[in-house]
Parts: sequence; structure tokens; C-alpha cells
Amino acid sequence: MSTTEALVKELVEKNGRTRNSLMPVLQGIVQQEHFLSEEALICVAKELDLSAADVYGTASFYTFLDTVPRGKNIIRVCKTITCHMKGKDEVIKAISNALKIKVGETTHDNKFTLLSANCLGWCHKGPVMLINDEVFPELTPQKALEIVEEYAKK
Amino acid sequence: MSKYLVNLKINNMPVAVEEGTTILEAAKKLNFRIPTLCNHPDLSVAGNCRVCVVEVKGARLLAASCATPVSEGMEVFTNSEKVRKARKHIVELLLSEHNADCTKCFKNGHCELQELASEYRIGDHVFLDLVTPESMIQDISSPSIVKDDSKCIRCQRCVRTCAELQGVSALAVVNKGDHQKISTFLNKPLHEVVCTNCGQCINRCPTGALTERNYIEEVWNAIYDPSKFVVVQTAPATRIALGEDLGVPVGERVTGKMVSALKKLGFNKVLDTDFTADLTIMEEGTELLTRLKKALVDKDEKTVLPMMTSCSPGWIKFQEHMYSDMLDNLSTCKSPQQMFGAVAKTYYADKINIKAQDMIVVSIMPCVAKKFECERPEMRDSGYQDVDYVLTTRELAMMIKQAGIDFHKLDEDHYDSILGESSGAAVIFGATGGVMEAALRTAYEIVTGREVPFTNLNIQPVRGMEGIKDATIKIKNVKPEWSFLEGVDLHVAIAHGLANARQLMEKVRRGEAVYHFIEVMGCPGGCLGGGGQPIPTSPEIRKKRAEAIYSEDEEMPIRKSHENPEVLEIYKEFLGEPLSHKSHDLLHTHYKPRKRY
Repeated sequence: MSTTEALVKELVEKNGRTRNSLMPVLQGIVQQEHFLSEEALICVAKELDLSAADVYGTASFYTFLDTVPRGKNIIRVCKTITCHMKGKDEVIKAISNALKIKVGETTHDNKFTLLSANCLGWCHKGPVMLINDEVFPELTPQKALEIVEEYAKK
Repeated sequence: MSKYLVNLKINNMPVAVEEGTTILEAAKKLNFRIPTLCNHPDLSVAGNCRVCVVEVKGARLLAASCATPVSEGMEVFTNSEKVRKARKHIVELLLSEHNADCTKCFKNGHCELQELASEYRIGDHVFLDLVTPESMIQDISSPSIVKDDSKCIRCQRCVRTCAELQGVSALAVVNKGDHQKISTFLNKPLHEVVCTNCGQCINRCPTGALTERNYIEEVWNAIYDPSKFVVVQTAPATRIALGEDLGVPVGERVTGKMVSALKKLGFNKVLDTDFTADLTIMEEGTELLTRLKKALVDKDEKTVLPMMTSCSPGWIKFQEHMYSDMLDNLSTCKSPQQMFGAVAKTYYADKINIKAQDMIVVSIMPCVAKKFECERPEMRDSGYQDVDYVLTTRELAMMIKQAGIDFHKLDEDHYDSILGESSGAAVIFGATGGVMEAALRTAYEIVTGREVPFTNLNIQPVRGMEGIKDATIKIKNVKPEWSFLEGVDLHVAIAHGLANARQLMEKVRRGEAVYHFIEVMGCPGGCLGGGGQPIPTSPEIRKKRAEAIYSEDEEMPIRKSHENPEVLEIYKEFLGEPLSHKSHDLLHTHYKPRKRY
């Protein structure tokens, strides 16, 4: 049994086999593997007795359920208007230069993926970014780099 | 318990309807037509296209009439200024995301969106054209179905069809917002996923987003090629539906006119799949009896029951994907279409002195999965591709129109001989329960020497539109050679539509139901509701088609497959007997497991 298969089985065991458990199972996989591989989607379909297209349909609806490979740490910089006015472009540029990836790309060592995100609800403290589940407000390019460096060490 | 009546007014006219009725249905009662796109009589309510919006007095927003139940004292307006403006806007918005390439579209003239656009006189581009270049790439990977996302308005009829009627869900809604589309698993091409090619999605698509792969030009080319001898076969269910595409009322049989039209189109011989339907019964009936003997008397462990029919290529592919562990239950008989091809390019070609390589076999089918079936590698037992091209009933109607034939004025003609004679048992292959009934008429008589004990040979318990039917036939006073069947209750079951088939398969797998013989047809209603039949379809339309099939059966001089003289002749001259070595070579096949995911 592959690790993905084992993970899905474990998640299904925990959350149940009904359609209701589709979301928590998918979230559980993303937490461990950072994205939903073809193998993972098929495993879920099998375990929950759904069609693979159905599972893919649900997964593709949610931005945070990625179906393409992502790095261990996913950086999402808010791209909406307030953060834009407060300088998110400079933040992105700094991270992009430091990690040598463009928005949408993943570093070669699979440590970081850089993405832009829709409004994260922190307009009063923009620009803001999210790394995995953690929010970092009131960024400057320098501050953003320090935070990313911390993650690189982990 | 009777339901409450709800009183309301639609366009100031009072009407009383049962509680739970939608505004759309209530308006129909008063003969007000409200346009719809995502709504379909076979499917659950979606309420996503919004063209059926109406004004409800006192409500702030317009209501989707297909999804809004009536309430006491409600006042509805179906054509107020607000409604008209909104509806026109909605159609304009739908068109802004639709590749309105109408003149080149296969659905031109049969498109519900086009009809609505013309009804509302939508001309100028009011909204920006939002059709994306990537959506313009058609999926032509399937030999049966063409998927063109640029024509899709995301009404999701296809998604509901695939899930609710067929239990397959090869199609789903993926992504969201302006990226939303109808897609397969990971956007894979149709031929790589669990799609059974049944084509039920085509029958319900309101636009040209899902259509059959059409082979009209290839068939014309064959007809015009003087070096080719082109024979055509027509499936049972085509003769009761073709007329619908040519201005004939639903349920009117057009067998003679169809034969006449085919001759006028230039086919060298017009023959009948019904002939091989009778042949199928001889082979399949004998196979059933042989299996019963092996299982009940010889206790052969390799022989599995229930035996399941194998005429429906959508059902076969479904089984290969979903129940690949139960492939041994399928009858090894090829479908009548493929038996025809194999016999035409061997026995028939010899008889009429034509080389098989010069013969083109064309099928007219109510089915799009047949297009896939004829290309299966197993279907080349004549040494060539047994059936070259498959046209749907719709494509034939198109050819008849192209040829300038006035269908109404045609005289009735007869099928050519040989391979043109058939029985009533063959005609009923087109309706759910028909193969079962035909098989029982023959098998019962083989075993007992008497006709089936039903008035006028009509085995009513296996007829009708119930999703899953079952029946028990008591076998009594058998001939000596069938003594092991004396007093046996033969349990049979019938399912149509793959969602029903799935339910039945689960029951069989769990051992909850013990049957000897199961008939499954992939499409709702059987072939008469096939993916290649005229559009639209609904429960009422399918009911009328079924009535037409059974009345055709009653009028046939021969009602039982084993009495078809041409079938008896082919056994005498060529095949020997059912399940003979030659039969096995030409008329039987095997199946292969396919990936479910």
C-alpha cells in the first residue's frame, strides 16, 4: 500500500464513508501532502464510492484544495485592492527574487510555492500574506523576507 | 392521502393545483409556456439557467418558476415587462459565453438556445463575447460523442443525466466562477474515462455542446464509390422513431417508408438488424439453457448464473468498468448489430458473390455506443471490420433531408432478402424487457414444446417502464431431454437505465436476489430511448414509442425468433446449430476489464 493510500484509508476511517466526509478527507490529504494527486483523488473516490469526476469536481471548486503539486510551505500574498495599494507588489517581488520563482511556481527543493490570494480579510493591516495557515500582516519587503527565511530553516 | 389544492392566479387567471406543484407546471395547466433550458422532465430540478424566471406579486426578486412551488393566493406574471427584460438579458448573457457558430453546428435547427435567441430576437452583441480560446478545443477522442465546451451553457443537464439516470458520473462540474466547466476526471479525454458512450447526455443537451460523432460524409462517400457494395441494417427501435425527425407524430411507425428512403439513398441492399436479433435469440436462448444445465445438473463451478444479456454496448462498457469481476455473467453473444456485420461479410457476401473487402456494412442505430462497439478490436471476425459505419436515427433523418426525399409521400417498401426477414420477437428488442420476452418465447418452447403461457404471446410481466422488473415463469411438462427443468421456477429480472442496472447488480452481488437470467439495457426505456434517437425525449415520448413497438410486434406474421425462415436457413446452410463451432467464431465474443477510475 502506498503512503497516499494508507493516508486516505486512515482519514476515511476517522471521518466516515458518507459523502459528507469528502471535504474533511480532502483537507486531510492536503495537510499532509500539500496537494491532491491523481492517486489521492482516485483513492478517495474508491473509499467513498463516488465517481472520480465527482471528487475532482469538488476538489477543483476550492482554491485551498490544490490539484497540482505544491511545495511544503505555500505562501499566499493577498492580491486584492487594499493590499495592492499598500504595496503587495513589492512584497511579491522581494519573495520572488529571494526564492527565484514567479507567482504560481514552486522552488526546486519543493520547500515553497508562491501564490496570490483573494482578499484574506486583513485590509486594515495590509499588505498581508498567509503561509500555510498562519497570517502575517503589515508586511514590508524586508519583513516578508525575514519570515520566509524562518520557514526555510524549519 | 390526497394533497391540498392551492389556489393562485397566473397572468390574472385563477388555477387550483396540488401543493408542491411548481409555478412552471401550474402555468402549463393554463397553457402558458414558460421557456426553460436547464429543466428536463427526466431530471431533478436545478434552477441554474434562470430563463424560466417569473414575477411573483409582492416578491422583491424574480423567481425561477421551475424551482418555486406554488403557494395560496400567489399572483404570478409570466410575461410582464420586468420578466421579458430579465429573460432577454439572461439569454443574452448565456449567449455571451456561447460559441454561436450556428451555421456550422451539428445542432443547427435543433438547438434550444438558438430557438430561444430567435424567439427573443437577439441580434446585437450586448455583452462582451467571453468564449475562451481553450474552450474551442473539441474533445473528439471518443468514437461516439463529441464534447465542445465552447457551446456549453453549464445548465448541467448532462451532469444530472450521467449521475441520476445512468449512475456513472463521468461528467461533473469543475472549477468555479468564470472558470466553471463540465468536465471529466482531471479533464481527461472522454475515451479514457468511465464514459459508457450511452449518449443520454446528447439527448438532453440543449445546445451543441454534446453531439454524436457523425459519419454522414463517410457513408455518402461509400454510396458514391462504384467499387463498394453498401449494405445497410436497421435496428428495431429506429423504425418507430425516425419519423419524429421528419415531421411524423411521435409513436407512428415508419418501417416501410424508412426502407423506401434507404433504397432511394442508394444503398445496394436494405437489410434488417431484426434478422440478427432473431439469430441472437437462438444463440442466447440456447446459451441460457446450456448454462442452466451446466450449473444445475453438472454442477460446473465455472458456469455462473445469472446470465446477463449483451446487446447493449453501453451496458457492456459499464459492466467492464464498474463490475469487471462479473464479466463471466455476460452472455458471450455479440449484439445483433455485430452478428449482422459478421454474417454479412461471410455467409451473405458468399451468397451474393461479393468479396468481403468490397462490402461496406452501415448500421442505422438508435444508439451512439454502437459507434464505439463497431470499432472494438473484438469485432473483426469476418477478417475485416465487421460493421464499417454506424449512423444514429438522427443522422439518417439528416441524410434523408439532404437527399431531398419527401418522406411523407414515400411508398412503403420491404426489406431485401436474405437477412431481411424477421419476427415480432426481434422488433421488441427495441423496448426494455423485449429481449427477455423474445428469449422466453423461444426458450420456453424449446423446453416444453408449447408456446409461452401468456395470452397472444404477450408476456406482460416483463413489459413496462418500471426501473427494475422481475418475474417468475414456472416450467412444467417439459420434453424428456429437458427433464432437469421440470417444475423449475425461472427467475428473471430486467433493468433499463444504468442507474437501475447498478442497483440490480448490487443486489445480485450481495446475494439478495437470485435470478437465472437478467436483461439490461443501458438507456432509459431500452433502445427506444437510446442516445441516438430523435430529440427531445421524455417519459411520455418513450411510452408512445413502446406502444408503437408492441403494436408492430402484434402485426408481424411471425412472432417467434425460432420460426424465422431465414434464421432456420442460415443454420441449415452455414452455421449448423446454435453454439456450433462456426457460431462461436462469428457470433460470440469476450469482454475485457476496464479501469473504474
